[in-house]
Amino acid sequence: MLSKRVIACLDVRDGKLAKSVKFVNTKDIGDPVEKAREYYLGGLDELVFYDITASSDHRKIMLDVVESVASQVFIPLSVGGGISSVSDATDLRMAGAEKINVNSAAVIDPQLISECANSIGSQNVVLSMDIRKVQCSALCPSGYEIVIEGGRRPMGLDALDWALKGEMLGAGELVVNSIDADGTKEGYELSLTRMISEAVSIPVIASGGAGNSEHLFDVLKEGKADAALVASMVHYGDYTIEEIKRYLSGRGLKIRMSW
Amino acid sequence: MRSVQRACSEVGMEALVSGDPEVVRRADKLIFPGVGAAGPAMKSLFEEGIDEAIKEVFLAGNPILGICLGLQVSLDFSEENQTETLSLVPGTVKKFRFNRKELKIPHMGWNSVKLIKKHAVLNQIEPDDEFYFVHSYYALPENDELVYALTEYEHEFASVIAKDNFIATQFHPEKSGRVGLRLLNNFSEWSG
Repeated sequence: MLSKRVIACLDVRDGKLAKSVKFVNTKDIGDPVEKAREYYLGGLDELVFYDITASSDHRKIMLDVVESVASQVFIPLSVGGGISSVSDATDLRMAGAEKINVNSAAVIDPQLISECANSIGSQNVVLSMDIRKVQCSALCPSGYEIVIEGGRRPMGLDALDWALKGEMLGAGELVVNSIDADGTKEGYELSLTRMISEAVSIPVIASGGAGNSEHLFDVLKEGKADAALVASMVHYGDYTIEEIKRYLSGRGLKIRMSW
Repeated sequence: MRSVQRACSEVGMEALVSGDPEVVRRADKLIFPGVGAAGPAMKSLFEEGIDEAIKEVFLAGNPILGICLGLQVSLDFSEENQTETLSLVPGTVKKFRFNRKELKIPHMGWNSVKLIKKHAVLNQIEPDDEFYFVHSYYALPENDELVYALTEYEHEFASVIAKDNFIATQFHPEKSGRVGLRLLNNFSEWSG
């Protein structure tokens, strides 16, 4: 039986770590390579780097970060942020990323998902979705809407429809990121995660809102997620990866406990 | 490819990435990681003449490690693209088929590996150790004696197979943390 995965997400801006709260007021918290190595040795199952670099001149810094992390961290490495073409994806793959996360650019041009899947394989294409709760309407019958540009731009696109379309186009995995829960430390959005998990047949990674280990347990159990993403919970030293995993394993989930 | 090369370098093994059959023939040890689908992979091995080179290395007795698709193409035949494969090990490769929707394909993530036979390359791999898998097809060797480890995903399948100087893992040791590096280190010390 597969273990449930604990994934740490590091937001990287101009080659340095940053963590945002509700996508504003980002501040630096250290060196991404050092942090990645620390989590790897502490039992992390997978690592995600999100490039939030505003200017495209600084994009190649990210390739260097990925390259140094890949030579020191021997678990799957996933990279996202600003990927808008197959060549962005293949550059990152060459630098050592296993999986590529597409987000805004795929909403604008959904064919990006199938092009990436054809080029690097479906299993390596992750569709990352930023989602907010809205009133149910004809446009958004599920009551959840896709937003892009770091949560600033609502797209009038139903989140459940988009998840199903992403799967059909060849995404191998989905990140369900609730921007309402993001940064609150009050728990993942369980009903959203569960709704998408039950609808698709590819793995779902829950994101946004983790504040303690029980939140992870809830989203992996009640939310039916295959993996849970953590960020500030571990970045500021409130919890270690090992503590979280020990808790989840103690509650009866299958978790990788030997590393 | 490069992730395997990086992991080799971490355990002190110098690995050269090459698509040249002459380089393959001269290698002291061979790792073939294999990416993508069986059909295109066999086609490119055949076009470059690497299929013959691998068979020669196998007969010459030098250690060979197959990883993921590298395991699958070592058998006789794969359901994937209905492909004739290398026949280093007798058997076939089948696609996972499940009735329960919760079981997702590919089988992707960390899973346990139950060792059923001893092998030098599997030294110091403990029962609790898990490895990272990504695959939709699995091997069915003809002979149970070729199976060294089993993994469960709805049913058990062969996650390590070996024959003489050849060993192959369905999982990715290069992505399996320190346990995976231990396996690669064992391979670097194995004389076949």
